[in-house]
Amino acid sequence: MALALRSQAQKSPMPGFRLGMGITLTMLSVIVLLPIGALLAQGISYGPAGVWNTVNTPRVWAALYLSFRLAFFAAVFNLIFGTLLAWVLARYEFPGRRLVDAVVDLPFALPTAVAGIALTALYAPNGVFGSLAKAAGGKIAYTEWGILIALIFVGLPFVTRTVQPVIAEIEREVEEASATLGASRFYTLRRVILPMLLPAALTGFALSLARAVGEYGSVIFIAGNLPMKTEIAPLLIVIKLEEFDYNGAAAIGIAMLLISFSMLLVINLIQIWSRRRIGHV
Amino acid sequence: MSDAAFDHTDVVPGKWRPVAEESRTTRIVLIAIALGGLALLVLAPLAVVFAEALAKGAWAAVKSLGSRDARSAIQLTLLVAAISVPVNAVFGIAAAWVITKFDFKGKAFLITLIDLPFSVSPVVAGLALVLLFGTNSLIGGWLVASGFPIIFALPGIVLASIFVTFPFVARELIPVMIEQGRAEEEAALTLGASGWRVFRTVTLPNIKWALLYGVLLCNARAMGEFGAVAVVSGKIRGQTATMPITIEMLYNEYLSVAAFSMAAVLALLALITLALKTALEWRHADQLAATRRH
Repeated sequence: MALALRSQAQKSPMPGFRLGMGITLTMLSVIVLLPIGALLAQGISYGPAGVWNTVNTPRVWAALYLSFRLAFFAAVFNLIFGTLLAWVLARYEFPGRRLVDAVVDLPFALPTAVAGIALTALYAPNGVFGSLAKAAGGKIAYTEWGILIALIFVGLPFVTRTVQPVIAEIEREVEEASATLGASRFYTLRRVILPMLLPAALTGFALSLARAVGEYGSVIFIAGNLPMKTEIAPLLIVIKLEEFDYNGAAAIGIAMLLISFSMLLVINLIQIWSRRRIGHV
Repeated sequence: MSDAAFDHTDVVPGKWRPVAEESRTTRIVLIAIALGGLALLVLAPLAVVFAEALAKGAWAAVKSLGSRDARSAIQLTLLVAAISVPVNAVFGIAAAWVITKFDFKGKAFLITLIDLPFSVSPVVAGLALVLLFGTNSLIGGWLVASGFPIIFALPGIVLASIFVTFPFVARELIPVMIEQGRAEEEAALTLGASGWRVFRTVTLPNIKWALLYGVLLCNARAMGEFGAVAVVSGKIRGQTATMPITIEMLYNEYLSVAAFSMAAVLALLALITLALKTALEWRHADQLAATRRH
Protein backbone atom coordinates (compact mmCIF):
# COMPACT_ATOMS: atom_id res chain seq x y z
CA MET A 1 0.00 0.00 0.00
CA ALA A 2 2.80 2.39 0.93
CA LEU A 3 4.48 1.84 -2.43
CA ALA A 4 1.31 2.51 -4.37
CA LEU A 5 0.74 5.63 -2.28
CA ARG A 6 4.20 6.96 -3.05
CA SER A 7 4.05 6.37 -6.78
CA GLN A 8 0.69 8.12 -7.01
CA ALA A 9 1.77 11.04 -4.92
CA GLN A 10 4.91 11.57 -7.01
CA LYS A 11 2.73 12.79 -9.83
CA SER A 12 1.91 15.79 -7.67
CA PRO A 13 4.43 18.67 -7.57
CA MET A 14 3.35 19.39 -3.99
CA PRO A 15 6.02 18.62 -1.37
CA GLY A 16 5.60 17.07 2.04
CA PHE A 17 3.73 13.90 1.17
CA ARG A 18 6.18 11.56 2.87
CA LEU A 19 6.55 13.73 5.96
CA GLY A 20 2.81 14.35 6.27
CA MET A 21 1.85 10.74 5.64
CA GLY A 22 4.59 9.59 8.00
CA ILE A 23 3.31 11.74 10.86
CA THR A 24 -0.31 10.82 10.12
CA LEU A 25 0.20 7.06 9.99
CA THR A 26 2.58 6.96 12.96
CA MET A 27 0.20 8.93 15.17
CA LEU A 28 -2.81 6.98 13.96
CA SER A 29 -1.07 3.70 14.73
CA VAL A 30 0.33 4.59 18.15
CA ILE A 31 -2.71 6.43 19.47
CA VAL A 32 -5.65 4.62 17.87
CA LEU A 33 -4.91 1.48 15.86
CA LEU A 34 -2.43 -0.33 18.14
CA PRO A 35 -4.56 0.10 21.29
CA ILE A 36 -7.74 -1.01 19.46
CA GLY A 37 -5.70 -3.88 18.02
CA ALA A 38 -4.56 -4.83 21.53
CA LEU A 39 -8.21 -4.86 22.61
CA LEU A 40 -9.18 -7.17 19.75
CA ALA A 41 -6.12 -9.36 20.37
CA GLN A 42 -7.14 -9.76 24.01
CA GLY A 43 -10.58 -10.87 22.79
CA ILE A 44 -9.04 -13.35 20.36
CA SER A 45 -6.72 -14.85 22.98
CA TYR A 46 -9.68 -15.10 25.36
CA GLY A 47 -11.58 -16.90 22.57
CA PRO A 48 -15.02 -16.31 21.10
CA ALA A 49 -16.54 -18.70 23.65
CA GLY A 50 -15.00 -16.78 26.53
CA VAL A 51 -16.16 -13.43 25.14
CA TRP A 52 -19.67 -14.81 24.63
CA ASN A 53 -19.81 -16.34 28.12
CA THR A 54 -18.80 -13.01 29.66
CA VAL A 55 -21.34 -11.03 27.69
CA ASN A 56 -24.09 -13.62 28.01
CA THR A 57 -24.81 -12.96 31.68
CA PRO A 58 -27.94 -11.18 32.94
CA ARG A 59 -25.93 -8.32 34.45
CA VAL A 60 -23.98 -7.55 31.25
CA TRP A 61 -27.07 -7.85 29.04
CA ALA A 62 -28.95 -5.53 31.39
CA ALA A 63 -26.14 -2.96 31.19
CA LEU A 64 -25.80 -3.15 27.39
CA TYR A 65 -29.57 -2.96 26.92
CA LEU A 66 -29.77 0.04 29.27
CA SER A 67 -26.89 1.89 27.58
CA PHE A 68 -28.10 1.40 24.01
CA ARG A 69 -31.81 1.90 24.76
CA LEU A 70 -31.33 5.17 26.68
CA ALA A 71 -28.74 6.41 24.17
CA PHE A 72 -31.29 5.82 21.41
CA PHE A 73 -34.04 7.69 23.27
CA ALA A 74 -31.67 10.58 24.04
CA ALA A 75 -30.60 10.76 20.39
CA VAL A 76 -34.25 10.77 19.26
CA PHE A 77 -35.01 13.63 21.65
CA ASN A 78 -31.94 15.50 20.41
CA LEU A 79 -32.95 14.87 16.80
CA ILE A 80 -36.32 16.56 17.32
CA PHE A 81 -35.28 19.32 19.71
CA GLY A 82 -31.99 19.90 17.87
CA THR A 83 -33.75 20.35 14.53
CA LEU A 84 -36.26 22.75 16.09
CA LEU A 85 -33.40 24.68 17.69
CA ALA A 86 -31.53 24.84 14.38
CA TRP A 87 -34.66 26.14 12.63
CA VAL A 88 -35.27 28.82 15.24
CA LEU A 89 -31.62 29.95 15.19
CA ALA A 90 -31.31 29.96 11.40
CA ARG A 91 -34.67 31.49 10.50
CA TYR A 92 -36.03 33.71 13.26
CA GLU A 93 -34.80 37.06 14.49
CA PHE A 94 -35.08 37.65 18.21
CA PRO A 95 -33.04 39.59 20.76
CA GLY A 96 -30.02 37.63 21.99
CA ARG A 97 -30.10 35.16 19.11
CA ARG A 98 -26.34 35.12 18.70
CA LEU A 99 -25.84 34.57 22.42
CA VAL A 100 -28.28 31.65 22.34
CA ASP A 101 -26.39 30.28 19.34
CA ALA A 102 -23.20 30.27 21.43
CA VAL A 103 -24.94 28.66 24.43
CA VAL A 104 -25.91 25.64 22.29
CA ASP A 105 -22.26 24.52 22.30
CA LEU A 106 -21.91 24.59 26.07
CA PRO A 107 -22.35 20.80 26.46
CA PHE A 108 -19.32 20.36 24.17
CA ALA A 109 -17.18 22.72 26.21
CA LEU A 110 -18.27 21.71 29.71
CA PRO A 111 -16.30 18.72 31.06
CA THR A 112 -18.52 15.68 31.58
CA ALA A 113 -17.62 15.28 35.24
CA VAL A 114 -18.75 18.87 35.84
CA ALA A 115 -22.00 18.22 33.98
CA GLY A 116 -22.43 15.00 35.96
CA ILE A 117 -22.25 16.52 39.43
CA ALA A 118 -24.25 19.58 38.34
CA LEU A 119 -27.11 17.48 36.95
CA THR A 120 -27.06 15.31 40.06
CA ALA A 121 -27.27 18.39 42.29
CA LEU A 122 -30.24 19.62 40.23
CA TYR A 123 -32.20 16.40 40.03
CA ALA A 124 -31.36 14.71 43.36
CA PRO A 125 -34.35 14.60 45.74
CA ASN A 126 -33.01 17.67 47.59
CA GLY A 127 -32.13 19.56 44.39
CA VAL A 128 -34.14 22.28 42.65
CA PHE A 129 -35.82 20.06 40.05
CA GLY A 130 -35.54 16.88 42.12
CA SER A 131 -37.60 18.34 44.95
CA LEU A 132 -40.32 19.30 42.47
CA ALA A 133 -40.37 15.71 41.22
CA LYS A 134 -40.45 14.48 44.81
CA ALA A 135 -43.43 16.71 45.58
CA ALA A 136 -45.16 15.17 42.56
CA GLY A 137 -44.31 11.71 43.90
CA GLY A 138 -41.54 10.95 41.40
CA LYS A 139 -37.80 10.50 41.38
CA ILE A 140 -35.34 11.54 38.66
CA ALA A 141 -31.76 11.17 39.84
CA TYR A 142 -30.64 7.57 40.54
CA THR A 143 -33.26 6.27 38.06
CA GLU A 144 -33.26 5.75 34.27
CA TRP A 145 -34.70 9.26 33.90
CA GLY A 146 -31.56 10.74 35.39
CA ILE A 147 -29.37 8.80 32.96
CA LEU A 148 -31.57 9.92 30.07
CA ILE A 149 -31.23 13.58 31.06
CA ALA A 150 -27.43 13.27 31.26
CA LEU A 151 -27.31 11.61 27.82
CA ILE A 152 -29.55 14.30 26.32
CA PHE A 153 -27.21 16.94 27.76
CA VAL A 154 -24.00 15.55 26.27
CA GLY A 155 -25.52 14.99 22.81
CA LEU A 156 -27.58 18.16 22.57
CA PRO A 157 -25.45 20.25 20.15
CA PHE A 158 -24.77 17.59 17.48
CA VAL A 159 -28.02 17.76 15.49
CA THR A 160 -28.28 21.56 15.71
CA ARG A 161 -24.73 21.99 14.47
CA THR A 162 -25.16 19.68 11.48
CA VAL A 163 -28.65 20.90 10.46
CA GLN A 164 -28.26 24.67 10.96
CA PRO A 165 -25.88 25.29 8.01
CA VAL A 166 -28.16 23.28 5.71
CA ILE A 167 -31.17 25.41 6.67
CA ALA A 168 -29.14 28.55 6.03
CA GLU A 169 -28.45 27.37 2.47
CA ILE A 170 -32.02 26.49 1.52
CA GLU A 171 -33.31 28.88 -1.11
CA ARG A 172 -36.54 30.60 -0.21
CA GLU A 173 -37.78 30.26 -3.81
CA VAL A 174 -38.38 26.55 -3.23
CA GLU A 175 -40.71 27.28 -0.35
CA GLU A 176 -42.41 30.10 -2.23
CA ALA A 177 -42.98 27.84 -5.22
CA SER A 178 -44.52 25.26 -2.94
CA ALA A 179 -46.77 27.91 -1.37
CA THR A 180 -47.92 29.36 -4.69
CA LEU A 181 -48.84 25.85 -5.81
CA GLY A 182 -51.30 25.82 -2.93
CA ALA A 183 -49.39 23.92 -0.25
CA SER A 184 -50.03 24.96 3.32
CA ARG A 185 -47.00 26.05 5.34
CA PHE A 186 -47.03 22.82 7.33
CA TYR A 187 -47.24 20.76 4.15
CA THR A 188 -44.26 22.66 2.69
CA LEU A 189 -42.22 22.09 5.85
CA ARG A 190 -43.07 18.40 5.91
CA ARG A 191 -42.75 17.55 2.22
CA VAL A 192 -40.16 20.09 0.97
CA ILE A 193 -37.95 21.20 3.85
CA LEU A 194 -37.79 18.07 6.00
CA PRO A 195 -36.43 15.76 3.23
CA MET A 196 -33.69 18.33 2.57
CA LEU A 197 -32.68 18.33 6.23
CA LEU A 198 -32.84 14.57 6.71
CA PRO A 199 -29.28 13.55 5.69
CA ALA A 200 -27.68 16.22 7.91
CA ALA A 201 -30.10 15.48 10.75
CA LEU A 202 -29.19 11.79 10.55
CA THR A 203 -25.48 12.65 10.72
CA GLY A 204 -26.20 14.60 13.90
CA PHE A 205 -28.35 11.77 15.20
CA ALA A 206 -25.55 9.24 14.62
CA LEU A 207 -22.96 11.45 16.34
CA SER A 208 -25.29 12.04 19.27
CA LEU A 209 -26.07 8.33 19.54
CA ALA A 210 -22.40 7.28 19.39
CA ARG A 211 -21.53 9.83 22.04
CA ALA A 212 -24.37 8.77 24.34
CA VAL A 213 -23.63 5.04 24.06
CA GLY A 214 -20.08 5.48 25.33
CA GLU A 215 -20.74 8.31 27.77
CA TYR A 216 -19.39 7.75 31.25
CA GLY A 217 -18.47 10.93 33.14
CA SER A 218 -21.81 12.68 33.15
CA VAL A 219 -23.80 9.49 33.83
CA ILE A 220 -22.11 7.74 36.76
CA PHE A 221 -22.93 10.50 39.25
CA ILE A 222 -26.63 10.66 38.45
CA ALA A 223 -27.18 6.96 37.68
CA GLY A 224 -27.05 5.45 41.15
CA ASN A 225 -25.23 2.51 39.53
CA LEU A 226 -27.45 -0.30 40.83
CA PRO A 227 -26.59 -3.62 39.13
CA MET A 228 -29.34 -4.80 36.76
CA LYS A 229 -31.15 -1.46 37.13
CA THR A 230 -29.08 1.67 36.52
CA GLU A 231 -25.66 0.28 35.66
CA ILE A 232 -24.36 1.40 32.24
CA ALA A 233 -22.06 -0.74 30.09
CA PRO A 234 -18.94 1.50 30.35
CA LEU A 235 -19.22 1.31 34.15
CA LEU A 236 -19.12 -2.50 33.96
CA ILE A 237 -15.84 -2.23 32.05
CA VAL A 238 -14.41 -0.02 34.79
CA ILE A 239 -15.60 -2.50 37.46
CA LYS A 240 -14.01 -5.45 35.62
CA LEU A 241 -10.74 -3.48 35.30
CA GLU A 242 -10.74 -2.70 39.02
CA GLU A 243 -11.02 -6.46 39.64
CA PHE A 244 -8.07 -6.95 37.20
CA ASP A 245 -10.38 -9.05 35.01
CA TYR A 246 -8.82 -7.89 31.72
CA ASN A 247 -10.52 -10.62 29.69
CA GLY A 248 -13.95 -9.68 31.01
CA ALA A 249 -13.34 -5.97 30.41
CA ALA A 250 -12.11 -6.66 26.86
CA ALA A 251 -15.15 -8.85 26.14
CA ILE A 252 -17.61 -6.08 27.11
CA GLY A 253 -15.50 -3.49 25.27
CA ILE A 254 -15.58 -5.58 22.07
CA ALA A 255 -19.34 -6.13 22.42
CA MET A 256 -19.85 -2.35 22.72
CA LEU A 257 -17.66 -1.68 19.68
CA LEU A 258 -19.52 -4.28 17.59
CA ILE A 259 -22.97 -2.99 18.49
CA SER A 260 -21.96 0.68 17.96
CA PHE A 261 -20.42 0.01 14.57
CA SER A 262 -23.40 -1.98 13.32
CA MET A 263 -25.74 0.82 14.45
CA LEU A 264 -23.63 3.45 12.70
CA LEU A 265 -23.57 1.29 9.58
CA VAL A 266 -27.37 1.09 9.54
CA ILE A 267 -27.64 4.86 9.96
CA ASN A 268 -25.14 5.35 7.13
CA LEU A 269 -27.23 3.12 4.85
CA ILE A 270 -30.40 5.08 5.70
CA GLN A 271 -28.47 8.26 4.91
CA ILE A 272 -27.33 7.00 1.52
CA TRP A 273 -30.93 5.96 0.79
CA SER A 274 -32.36 9.36 1.79
CA ARG A 275 -29.69 11.23 -0.21
CA ARG A 276 -30.54 9.20 -3.29
CA ARG A 277 -34.22 9.79 -2.79
CA ILE A 278 -33.95 13.56 -2.92
CA GLY A 279 -31.19 13.65 -5.52
CA HIS A 280 -28.44 15.75 -3.99
CA VAL A 281 -27.71 17.93 -0.89
CA MET B 1 -47.42 24.07 14.39
CA SER B 2 -50.58 25.55 12.94
CA ASP B 3 -51.74 25.05 9.42
CA ALA B 4 -50.57 28.30 7.89
CA ALA B 5 -52.98 28.20 4.95
CA PHE B 6 -55.92 28.64 7.31
CA ASP B 7 -54.25 30.66 10.00
CA HIS B 8 -55.00 34.29 9.28
CA THR B 9 -55.51 35.43 12.86
CA ASP B 10 -52.38 37.56 12.91
CA VAL B 11 -52.67 39.07 9.45
CA VAL B 12 -53.23 42.78 9.86
CA PRO B 13 -55.57 44.17 7.15
CA GLY B 14 -53.57 45.96 4.52
CA LYS B 15 -50.37 44.17 5.46
CA TRP B 16 -49.54 40.90 3.76
CA ARG B 17 -47.46 38.09 5.17
CA PRO B 18 -44.69 36.36 3.20
CA VAL B 19 -45.81 32.91 2.07
CA ALA B 20 -42.55 31.22 2.98
CA GLU B 21 -42.75 31.98 6.66
CA GLU B 22 -44.56 30.62 9.66
CA SER B 23 -47.27 32.65 11.32
CA ARG B 24 -46.25 34.99 14.10
CA THR B 25 -47.90 32.79 16.73
CA THR B 26 -46.05 29.69 15.50
CA ARG B 27 -42.77 31.55 15.53
CA ILE B 28 -43.26 32.80 19.09
CA VAL B 29 -44.21 29.31 20.31
CA LEU B 30 -41.16 27.71 18.62
CA ILE B 31 -38.79 30.36 20.00
CA ALA B 32 -40.28 29.85 23.46
CA ILE B 33 -39.78 26.06 23.27
CA ALA B 34 -36.19 26.50 22.06
CA LEU B 35 -35.24 29.05 24.73
CA GLY B 36 -37.10 27.25 27.51
CA GLY B 37 -35.51 23.93 26.59
CA LEU B 38 -32.01 25.42 26.51
CA ALA B 39 -32.50 27.21 29.84
CA LEU B 40 -33.72 24.01 31.49
CA LEU B 41 -31.26 21.60 29.92
CA VAL B 42 -28.09 23.67 29.62
CA LEU B 43 -28.17 26.87 31.66
CA ALA B 44 -29.64 25.37 34.84
CA PRO B 45 -26.75 22.88 35.30
CA LEU B 46 -24.24 25.65 34.64
CA ALA B 47 -25.87 27.92 37.22
CA VAL B 48 -25.93 25.12 39.80
CA VAL B 49 -22.15 24.65 39.53
CA PHE B 50 -21.52 28.23 40.63
CA ALA B 51 -24.33 28.24 43.21
CA GLU B 52 -22.97 25.09 44.90
CA ALA B 53 -19.37 26.34 44.77
CA LEU B 54 -20.38 29.55 46.54
CA ALA B 55 -22.80 27.83 48.96
CA LYS B 56 -20.50 28.54 51.92
CA GLY B 57 -19.16 31.83 50.63
CA ALA B 58 -16.48 32.80 48.18
CA TRP B 59 -13.69 32.38 50.73
CA ALA B 60 -14.45 28.69 51.33
CA ALA B 61 -14.39 28.10 47.59
CA VAL B 62 -11.07 29.87 47.08
CA LYS B 63 -9.53 28.18 50.10
CA SER B 64 -10.44 24.71 48.80
CA LEU B 65 -8.66 25.48 45.53
CA GLY B 66 -5.49 26.40 47.44
CA SER B 67 -5.06 22.95 48.97
CA ARG B 68 -2.03 20.93 47.92
CA ASP B 69 -4.03 18.24 46.08
CA ALA B 70 -6.11 20.84 44.26
CA ARG B 71 -3.04 22.73 43.10
CA SER B 72 -1.35 19.55 41.93
CA ALA B 73 -4.51 18.57 40.00
CA ILE B 74 -4.62 21.97 38.28
CA GLN B 75 -0.91 21.72 37.39
CA LEU B 76 -1.34 18.20 36.03
CA THR B 77 -4.32 19.16 33.88
CA LEU B 78 -2.43 22.16 32.45
CA LEU B 79 0.59 19.95 31.74
CA VAL B 80 -1.51 17.29 30.00
CA ALA B 81 -3.16 19.92 27.81
CA ALA B 82 0.20 21.59 27.11
CA ILE B 83 1.52 18.30 25.72
CA SER B 84 -1.51 16.79 24.03
CA VAL B 85 -2.84 19.91 22.27
CA PRO B 86 0.37 20.75 20.31
CA VAL B 87 0.85 17.08 19.40
CA ASN B 88 -2.70 17.01 18.13
CA ALA B 89 -2.23 20.24 16.20
CA VAL B 90 0.84 18.86 14.41
CA PHE B 91 -1.03 15.65 13.60
CA GLY B 92 -4.09 17.60 12.42
CA ILE B 93 -2.02 19.78 10.08
CA ALA B 94 -0.11 16.79 8.69
CA ALA B 95 -3.26 14.75 8.12
CA ALA B 96 -5.15 17.64 6.53
CA TRP B 97 -2.15 18.45 4.30
CA VAL B 98 -1.88 14.88 3.03
CA ILE B 99 -5.64 14.50 2.56
CA THR B 100 -6.28 17.80 0.80
CA LYS B 101 -3.10 18.35 -1.25
CA PHE B 102 -2.65 14.85 -2.68
CA ASP B 103 -4.74 12.22 -4.45
CA PHE B 104 -4.23 8.66 -3.36
CA LYS B 105 -6.15 5.44 -3.00
CA GLY B 106 -7.70 4.74 0.35
CA LYS B 107 -8.20 8.40 1.24
CA ALA B 108 -11.80 7.85 2.36
CA PHE B 109 -10.63 4.94 4.50
CA LEU B 110 -7.94 7.10 6.09
CA ILE B 111 -10.56 9.76 6.96
CA THR B 112 -12.77 7.05 8.50
CA LEU B 113 -9.85 5.86 10.63
CA ILE B 114 -9.11 9.40 11.81
CA ASP B 115 -12.78 9.80 12.81
CA LEU B 116 -12.79 6.44 14.59
CA PRO B 117 -12.21 7.85 18.12
CA PHE B 118 -15.57 9.68 17.88
CA SER B 119 -17.42 6.37 17.85
CA VAL B 120 -15.36 4.65 20.53
CA SER B 121 -16.41 5.07 24.15
CA PRO B 122 -13.72 6.93 26.16
CA VAL B 123 -13.80 4.07 28.66
CA VAL B 124 -13.11 1.56 25.86
CA ALA B 125 -10.28 3.83 24.68
CA GLY B 126 -8.79 3.78 28.17
CA LEU B 127 -9.22 0.01 28.33
CA ALA B 128 -7.46 -0.41 24.98
CA LEU B 129 -4.51 1.68 26.22
CA VAL B 130 -4.32 -0.39 29.42
CA LEU B 131 -4.28 -3.61 27.36
CA LEU B 132 -1.49 -2.26 25.13
CA PHE B 133 0.71 -0.52 27.70
CA GLY B 134 -0.36 -2.02 31.06
CA THR B 135 2.08 -4.08 33.17
CA ASN B 136 0.48 -7.32 31.95
CA SER B 137 1.22 -6.61 28.30
CA LEU B 138 4.43 -7.28 26.43
CA ILE B 139 5.29 -3.64 25.71
CA GLY B 140 4.01 -2.41 29.07
CA GLY B 141 5.97 -4.97 31.08
CA TRP B 142 9.18 -4.04 29.32
CA LEU B 143 8.52 -0.29 29.70
CA VAL B 144 7.81 -0.65 33.43
CA ALA B 145 10.98 -2.73 33.85
CA SER B 146 12.99 0.01 32.12
CA GLY B 147 11.54 2.60 34.51
CA PHE B 148 9.19 4.26 32.07
CA PRO B 149 5.65 3.27 33.09
CA ILE B 150 2.82 4.52 30.87
CA ILE B 151 -0.33 3.36 32.62
CA PHE B 152 -1.06 4.97 36.01
CA ALA B 153 1.40 7.71 35.02
CA LEU B 154 1.56 10.93 32.98
CA PRO B 155 2.21 9.33 29.54
CA GLY B 156 -0.96 7.25 29.82
CA ILE B 157 -3.05 10.30 30.68
CA VAL B 158 -1.54 12.17 27.73
CA LEU B 159 -2.18 9.25 25.34
CA ALA B 160 -5.79 8.98 26.55
CA SER B 161 -6.30 12.74 26.07
CA ILE B 162 -4.87 12.61 22.56
CA PHE B 163 -7.08 9.62 21.71
CA VAL B 164 -10.35 11.33 22.63
CA THR B 165 -9.38 14.58 20.89
CA PHE B 166 -7.74 12.89 17.92
CA PRO B 167 -10.04 14.05 15.06
CA PHE B 168 -10.66 17.61 16.35
CA VAL B 169 -7.99 19.65 14.51
CA ALA B 170 -7.97 17.56 11.31
CA ARG B 171 -11.75 17.79 11.02
CA GLU B 172 -11.70 21.60 11.25
CA LEU B 173 -8.83 21.96 8.76
CA ILE B 174 -9.88 19.51 6.04
CA PRO B 175 -13.04 21.34 4.80
CA VAL B 176 -11.25 24.72 4.86
CA MET B 177 -8.27 23.38 2.91
CA ILE B 178 -10.50 21.61 0.38
CA GLU B 179 -12.32 24.88 -0.23
CA GLN B 180 -9.06 26.77 -0.75
CA GLY B 181 -7.73 24.29 -3.28
CA ARG B 182 -4.11 23.87 -4.33
CA ALA B 183 -3.61 26.70 -6.83
CA GLU B 184 -1.94 29.17 -4.44
CA GLU B 185 0.56 26.60 -3.21
CA GLU B 186 1.29 25.46 -6.76
CA ALA B 187 1.92 29.07 -7.84
CA ALA B 188 4.35 29.58 -4.96
CA LEU B 189 6.17 26.37 -5.90
CA THR B 190 6.50 27.44 -9.53
CA LEU B 191 8.02 30.68 -8.32
CA GLY B 192 10.69 28.63 -6.59
CA ALA B 193 9.64 28.65 -2.96
CA SER B 194 10.67 25.68 -0.83
CA GLY B 195 8.01 23.35 0.55
CA TRP B 196 8.41 24.63 4.10
CA ARG B 197 8.20 28.24 2.92
CA VAL B 198 5.05 27.51 0.93
CA PHE B 199 3.44 26.06 4.03
CA ARG B 200 4.52 28.93 6.28
CA THR B 201 3.73 31.85 4.00
CA VAL B 202 0.86 30.54 1.86
CA THR B 203 -1.01 27.75 3.62
CA LEU B 204 -0.71 28.75 7.26
CA PRO B 205 -2.15 32.28 6.86
CA ASN B 206 -5.11 30.74 5.03
CA ILE B 207 -5.89 28.22 7.73
CA LYS B 208 -4.77 29.95 10.92
CA TRP B 209 -8.25 30.77 12.24
CA ALA B 210 -9.60 27.31 11.49
CA LEU B 211 -6.50 25.90 13.20
CA LEU B 212 -7.07 28.08 16.26
CA TYR B 213 -10.70 26.98 16.29
CA GLY B 214 -9.72 23.32 16.26
CA VAL B 215 -7.05 23.85 18.92
CA LEU B 216 -9.62 25.57 21.12
CA LEU B 217 -12.07 22.66 20.94
CA CYS B 218 -9.23 20.18 21.40
CA ASN B 219 -7.98 22.03 24.48
CA ALA B 220 -11.43 22.14 26.10
CA ARG B 221 -11.91 18.41 25.65
CA ALA B 222 -8.35 17.54 26.73
CA MET B 223 -8.69 19.48 29.98
CA GLY B 224 -12.10 18.03 30.73
CA GLU B 225 -11.71 14.40 29.69
CA PHE B 226 -12.90 12.04 32.38
CA GLY B 227 -13.80 8.53 31.16
CA ALA B 228 -10.60 7.63 29.32
CA VAL B 229 -8.37 9.31 31.91
CA ALA B 230 -10.23 7.65 34.81
CA VAL B 231 -9.27 4.25 33.42
CA VAL B 232 -5.56 4.93 32.79
CA SER B 233 -4.69 7.36 35.59
CA GLY B 234 -4.94 5.06 38.60
CA LYS B 235 -6.33 8.10 40.47
CA ILE B 236 -3.31 8.60 42.71
CA ARG B 237 -4.01 11.72 44.75
CA GLY B 238 -1.47 14.47 44.20
CA GLN B 239 0.18 12.52 41.37
CA THR B 240 -2.10 11.25 38.61
CA ALA B 241 -5.39 12.90 39.58
CA THR B 242 -6.38 15.48 36.98
CA MET B 243 -8.99 18.16 37.72
CA PRO B 244 -11.99 16.07 36.56
CA ILE B 245 -10.71 13.04 38.53
CA THR B 246 -10.24 15.22 41.61
CA ILE B 247 -13.81 16.47 41.23
CA GLU B 248 -15.03 12.86 41.37
CA MET B 249 -12.92 12.04 44.43
CA LEU B 250 -14.04 15.15 46.33
CA TYR B 251 -17.66 14.58 45.37
CA ASN B 252 -17.58 10.96 46.55
CA GLU B 253 -16.14 12.18 49.87
CA TYR B 254 -19.11 14.54 50.23
CA LEU B 255 -16.79 17.57 50.05
CA SER B 256 -19.39 19.43 48.04
CA VAL B 257 -17.88 22.94 48.15
CA ALA B 258 -14.43 21.70 47.18
CA ALA B 259 -15.83 19.54 44.35
CA PHE B 260 -17.98 22.30 42.94
CA SER B 261 -15.23 24.93 43.31
CA MET B 262 -12.96 22.88 41.10
CA ALA B 263 -15.92 22.26 38.79
CA ALA B 264 -16.51 26.02 38.69
CA VAL B 265 -12.92 26.58 37.53
CA LEU B 266 -13.47 24.13 34.66
CA ALA B 267 -16.88 25.69 33.92
CA LEU B 268 -15.25 29.14 33.73
CA LEU B 269 -12.72 27.69 31.35
CA ALA B 270 -15.56 26.29 29.24
CA LEU B 271 -17.21 29.72 29.16
CA ILE B 272 -13.94 31.36 28.08
CA THR B 273 -13.56 28.71 25.37
CA LEU B 274 -17.09 29.43 24.15
CA ALA B 275 -16.48 33.19 24.17
CA LEU B 276 -13.26 32.85 22.15
CA LYS B 277 -14.92 30.40 19.79
CA THR B 278 -17.87 32.72 19.24
CA ALA B 279 -15.54 35.69 18.68
CA LEU B 280 -13.65 33.65 16.07
CA GLU B 281 -16.89 32.72 14.35
CA TRP B 282 -18.02 36.34 14.18
CA ARG B 283 -14.72 37.82 13.05
CA HIS B 284 -13.52 35.15 10.67
CA ALA B 285 -16.84 33.85 9.42
CA ASP B 286 -15.49 33.65 5.85
CA GLN B 287 -12.71 31.21 6.69
CA LEU B 288 -14.74 29.15 9.13
CA ALA B 289 -17.77 28.95 6.84
CA ALA B 290 -16.43 25.78 5.26
CA THR B 291 -15.96 24.22 8.68
CA ARG B 292 -19.52 24.92 9.75
CA ARG B 293 -20.96 23.67 6.49
CA HIS B 294 -19.26 20.36 7.04
